[in-house]
Amino acid sequence: MAAQPPESKPHVDIVRAIKDAALAGLLAFGLFLPLIGFQTVTNMRNELELDTRWPLLAWFVAIVAGGRLLYSLVLAPWRARRAGQPPSPRVAAFTSAFGRWFTPFALGFVIAYPILAILFAGLGGAVKWIDNFGIQILIYVMLGWGLNIVVGLAGLLDLGYVAFYAVGAYSYALLAKAFGFSFWLLLPLAGTLAAFWGILLGFPVLRLRGDYLAIVTLAFGEIIRLILINWVPVTNGYAGISGIPRPTFLGIPFNASDEGFAATFGLEFSPVHRTIFLYYVILGLAMLTAYVTMRLRRLPVGRAWEALREDEIACRALGINTTNTKLTAFAMGGMFAGFAGSFFAARQGFISPESFTFLESATILSIVVLGGMGSQIGVAIAAVAMIGGTEILRELEFLKEIFGSDFDPTQYRMLLFGLAMVLIMIWKPRGLIATREPSAVFETRRTISVDLVKEGRG
Amino acid sequence: MIGAADAVLQVEHLTMRFGGLIAVRDLSFTAARGEITALIGPNGAGKTTVFNCITGFYQPTEGRLALHHGDRAVWDELEALTDRGDRSVRRPEGALFLLERLPDYLITKQAKVARTFQNIRLFPGMSVFENLLVAQHNPLMVASGFTFLGVLWPGAYGRAEKAAVEKARMWLDKVGLTARADDPAGELPYGAQRRLEIVRAMCTDPVLLCLDEPAAGLNPRESSELNELLLSIRQDHATSILLIEHDMTVVMEISDHVIVLDYGTKISDGTPDQVRNDASVIAAYLGVEDEEVAQAEAEVGL
Repeated sequence: MAAQPPESKPHVDIVRAIKDAALAGLLAFGLFLPLIGFQTVTNMRNELELDTRWPLLAWFVAIVAGGRLLYSLVLAPWRARRAGQPPSPRVAAFTSAFGRWFTPFALGFVIAYPILAILFAGLGGAVKWIDNFGIQILIYVMLGWGLNIVVGLAGLLDLGYVAFYAVGAYSYALLAKAFGFSFWLLLPLAGTLAAFWGILLGFPVLRLRGDYLAIVTLAFGEIIRLILINWVPVTNGYAGISGIPRPTFLGIPFNASDEGFAATFGLEFSPVHRTIFLYYVILGLAMLTAYVTMRLRRLPVGRAWEALREDEIACRALGINTTNTKLTAFAMGGMFAGFAGSFFAARQGFISPESFTFLESATILSIVVLGGMGSQIGVAIAAVAMIGGTEILRELEFLKEIFGSDFDPTQYRMLLFGLAMVLIMIWKPRGLIATREPSAVFETRRTISVDLVKEGRG
Repeated sequence: MIGAADAVLQVEHLTMRFGGLIAVRDLSFTAARGEITALIGPNGAGKTTVFNCITGFYQPTEGRLALHHGDRAVWDELEALTDRGDRSVRRPEGALFLLERLPDYLITKQAKVARTFQNIRLFPGMSVFENLLVAQHNPLMVASGFTFLGVLWPGAYGRAEKAAVEKARMWLDKVGLTARADDPAGELPYGAQRRLEIVRAMCTDPVLLCLDEPAAGLNPRESSELNELLLSIRQDHATSILLIEHDMTVVMEISDHVIVLDYGTKISDGTPDQVRNDASVIAAYLGVEDEEVAQAEAEVGL
């Protein structure tokens, strides 16, 4: 390829493309045959029966083979043509303008989001859009930002992050039920407790690196979950804790009573009031996380985290106490997860160990990895795509008309999740935002290509 | 010996054993204040091991490593300090540290010993300027009110950071890297990375700067620039230098005192001229004549 002059059109071999597509189709057939082709269903006599779904399987194979053909005939030649050329000035101008305006625009959008939801979906329909999309995504944005401190900045691979989320949630639930403390008092307390558990996890893993650190943090996550399951007198085991007090607006509860929010402000009672309130609470918490992280990056402690990720031995040679630096990273990450956890408990009103499985840790970690480790905007975009994407599957009822009435898009959540991961790893192996913003500028701001940035070995 | 010369570092009976291998055996030497002391020797002589013991990366098997700041009278407390089992004496007029008892980061933070590495250890994904700010972590940590004040009150910290920026600017100017301050350290050419690592170590305000083969891989021009830099560090800053080097032109030109190691033991110690003419040094570097080998074999009865 390199020997060819740049202006010559790359040769497109149609026969080879068809062969390639057929091979991809065959591979897809082999993969999806057990996954989609067969299905077990319970019949009337409560027996399991094997059912087949050949049309659906054919659809999947066709999508894969067709997609591959399209890639090798259209996309690949286009990419090859573009490879040697610098991006056109118009594209560059667009990217730079996009980069400049994206954050203020996104901020404005999330602030106006509940109003937009009410305008478009009406007062009744807005609850779903604000709750399932807005609040749910913002919880994960916050968790992603929290984990980003540990994984993205300090380079400590933490596979048990959900443990701190659980500590926050159970701290709020138990203390609110036992002592009747308010949400606003317990929020910092839950954060402090989660930070404390972060330090507790930090101590034994200080000497561990890379894979070993990951295994121990994974075990830590499981230990917390098993304690929640087995310490029945306190946590009520699998049954979980219900009737958790909901947060109030300056002491005014969100209910239909005369002292309720609606009555106090002369509004007609609607569940959407509470949802909007919760939306702004989690938005505020997420913004707090973002602000504090941004500040910390510009302070010596944040710079020490990044230096630790780059080279731990050099850090020690410069007089940095790496023990404290690692512990503060675990504590800060844990604290934000604790805030998010107590918010989660207050929003749901019910928590059980089911909400704090390894899958949650994996989801949060994949948000951080997809977004680009260390990048806050990248993490936010990844959270919107991952969580919003899986939520939107519930809305894709029209797919039933294509694939048949028993087609349930939500069942393909994990498949799409995996697909997104594979695609990102092919095209953007270091995440969506693959540049690092320096934490301090001497004269001119210049982003650093992530190829130079180390990922950290724990 | 104690207190006699104005020593900054005094190494006594240092032994470092890795299992059955004795990397450094009963080594004693003194590095004088305001001088450049070179540690030379063939490959595998144990030079880097000595460095790792001084900077706390290894815990010496035996021996005492005493480092001194300020008033000479503090040296008199060395024996008392050793017997007390304490790790340092710190007073406004002077301080004394037993390096073998300090953890690595305190050796830089309190005892003010900075080092560079044989294979450069910069923070490649951070800008040149950030590298120099990380080196000023400890004073900046105090300035940021141990983070709390820095988060709550950004303005106050910004003012405190100015001094750190000025110090970084001074060192960047000195090694001609000002124009590249915002570039990632990993993108610098090799020679510039070497210089950056040295000035990054200098940003910790060291009393003793330990350089592990600073001239390795440099061309003659860069080598002579390095000599100038080291001489100016010795002259303009209260920093003594301990240097491991293979490049004899660097060693002979700039060092005031040379210590030669071979197989973990000291074979020579003196001024560059004395060392250059020492028969055992020549033997260690160039080997010995065949008759001498025969003579030695005869002596041991082979």
